[in-house]
Amino acid sequence: MAEKTTILNLPEDELVHPGNRACAGCGLSIIYRIGLKALGRDTILVVPPSCLTVLQGLYPIAATQLPCLNVTFASTAAAATGILGAMRARKNTSTNVAAWAGDGGTSDIGLQALSGACERGEDFIFICYDNEAYMNTGIQRSGTTPQGVLTTTTPISGKKQRKKDVPAVIAAHNIPYVATASASYPLDLYDKILKAKTLSGPKYIHVHTPCPSGWGFNARYSVKIGRLAVESGLFDLYEKENRQFQLSGPSKRLLSKQRRPVSEYLETQTRFRSFSDAQTAAIQQEVDEKWETYRKEAECGII
Amino acid sequence: MHVIESGNVAAANGVKLSRVQVVAAYPITPQTPLTEKLSEFVDGGEMEAEYIPVESEHSALAVCIAASSAGARAFTATSANGLLYMNEQLHWAAGARLPIVMCVVNRGIGAPWTVWNDHQDAVSQRDTGWIQLYACDHQQIIDTVIKAYAIAETVSIPVMVCYDGYLLSHTYMPFKPPESNQVDEFLPRFSPEFPLNPEQPCNLNTVTLSDIRPDVHGDTAPGYMEIRHNLHTDLREALGVIQQVEDNFHQTFGRGGHPFLEPYRCEDANYIAVCLGSLSYHLRDVVDVLREAGIAIGVCGLRVYRPFPDAAVREYFKSVKGLIIFEKALSYGYEGALFADIKAAMYACTPRPFIHNYILGLGGREIQTHQLKEALYRSCTTEVAPEDMPQWLGLKLQT
Repeated sequence: MAEKTTILNLPEDELVHPGNRACAGCGLSIIYRIGLKALGRDTILVVPPSCLTVLQGLYPIAATQLPCLNVTFASTAAAATGILGAMRARKNTSTNVAAWAGDGGTSDIGLQALSGACERGEDFIFICYDNEAYMNTGIQRSGTTPQGVLTTTTPISGKKQRKKDVPAVIAAHNIPYVATASASYPLDLYDKILKAKTLSGPKYIHVHTPCPSGWGFNARYSVKIGRLAVESGLFDLYEKENRQFQLSGPSKRLLSKQRRPVSEYLETQTRFRSFSDAQTAAIQQEVDEKWETYRKEAECGII
Repeated sequence: MHVIESGNVAAANGVKLSRVQVVAAYPITPQTPLTEKLSEFVDGGEMEAEYIPVESEHSALAVCIAASSAGARAFTATSANGLLYMNEQLHWAAGARLPIVMCVVNRGIGAPWTVWNDHQDAVSQRDTGWIQLYACDHQQIIDTVIKAYAIAETVSIPVMVCYDGYLLSHTYMPFKPPESNQVDEFLPRFSPEFPLNPEQPCNLNTVTLSDIRPDVHGDTAPGYMEIRHNLHTDLREALGVIQQVEDNFHQTFGRGGHPFLEPYRCEDANYIAVCLGSLSYHLRDVVDVLREAGIAIGVCGLRVYRPFPDAAVREYFKSVKGLIIFEKALSYGYEGALFADIKAAMYACTPRPFIHNYILGLGGREIQTHQLKEALYRSCTTEVAPEDMPQWLGLKLQT
């Protein structure tokens, strides 16, 4: 990767207006601000219904200074395809086309169109901000809601099924770039978007995005909680560039560092309140096993 | 020069001549030969366009919606369940005021599965805000595709060009492809007012409140209801545009006709059979036979179904004794949708002609000439009470 971006050399140009309609402490508002700086002004955005639709504001007022096409829920990646087709027809191949969808719009209703676009090799960046439930409609479970989490449609005993590994699903399309990021590490996301811009073909970035109202924590702790997810080894930051897997800085450091116990992360949010000690222990064991595998792979030089 | 080709190939040639820039398509019978032909045009360098083989009809229209929003002339085609799978996108394309043209190769819809022709697919989508045009033969298919872009881009409303699956899509007929330079003259390049453009950013299809609202400069912006009202008003005004485009087309190419109606032997008719699509040509034979038997009858196809050409219908049909509406679709639980529309259009006439309704040909059920003849003879000689409508023609119920 090129020189890492720091707060000192981040562009000052603000492409998201202050006073938008995001909730206090919204993880999306962090990554949208930083992400648009990385994308730059020569970009067309595609947005399906999601919290971002609300953040963008109500007609005739818009929260961003980039052109944006709002599209139907299932059609994000297909719409990005259509913009690219029109741009090629108009001999413009330099403008970035970037889709921003939530986890429902990516992992559930939008997956077919995304899979089609990845298979066709469309030259776009797809950013999934994963707040782990349908937050815009009021915290219903989605394909990426973790097991055991309380949502308004898993209200008593929590979600029974496991979180869908969407980056792995997308990586199976053998696209040039798949990465994960976290709203709590916005500069890591910034650099990943910069790298995605240099690659031709579909680029997918999956961003873990804390949501105070949906996860049940005080809005002041968004960054802290996102960091805990990474530091406990629950959510890993990595890149798969041309199928080559590499852990990114904050996660890579965990190979040689004590991880925080997952209970520290789980205890911060009311959505995990129905967890038993046994469930927490099971998650800890899974995380330990995953990191043992990472450690062995690192020793063999695979990652 | 005339060529002899299938209806689907006629449509593909219309798309090529219209210099469409983005084609998105998903295969469905009986539309497939149309999109196969377009892929051949693009792959062979005959047509300078992007051909995007999407993974569903929902995505096909999504591609067209986005491409059109970004300033490209866009085309797709589908049939039956493919059209229904697009339903949400149909409303979206009309609401977003995008001049997309789509061929609907009419086919019955499941369940149970059928691949054969009727009109339930397009008729069930009549309230999506699209303009719906119907072609009766191959010449009309190719001409209507070109006219459709002229209409769509004038009023910023998408257009469906509907033609019968198999009966037109897979049969071969002679037709005359318009000269390319004349089409270019008739149909200038697409240049939308607000394409997506980083140099002039705008946020399209944003959440819009029900009431009007000031923008940052204090100017009033329309609410949802005003935007929808404008779509309706512009659809009604599209009737005038359709007339104008027909006139221009006639001027450039020397052919054309009534913009809304496809009449045959109607001038002195006491009775008129009315329908959509190629059935009107089938009915011409029946009309000839009944004329020989002394019945003053004509047939009139409708070339435009939405916006409904009610004034033209009223004017043309007001002095006849009876109208007999044949339909390959119906509004389930009531009657033929076209029948209801024509009854409403004729409500203001005194005296009013009797209006009969026959449902026929669903799922490709063969329509026999003697059945049409008997139905028309029955309607013209005995006035069946409206309570008995619709009548089903060619139905074989086991008793």
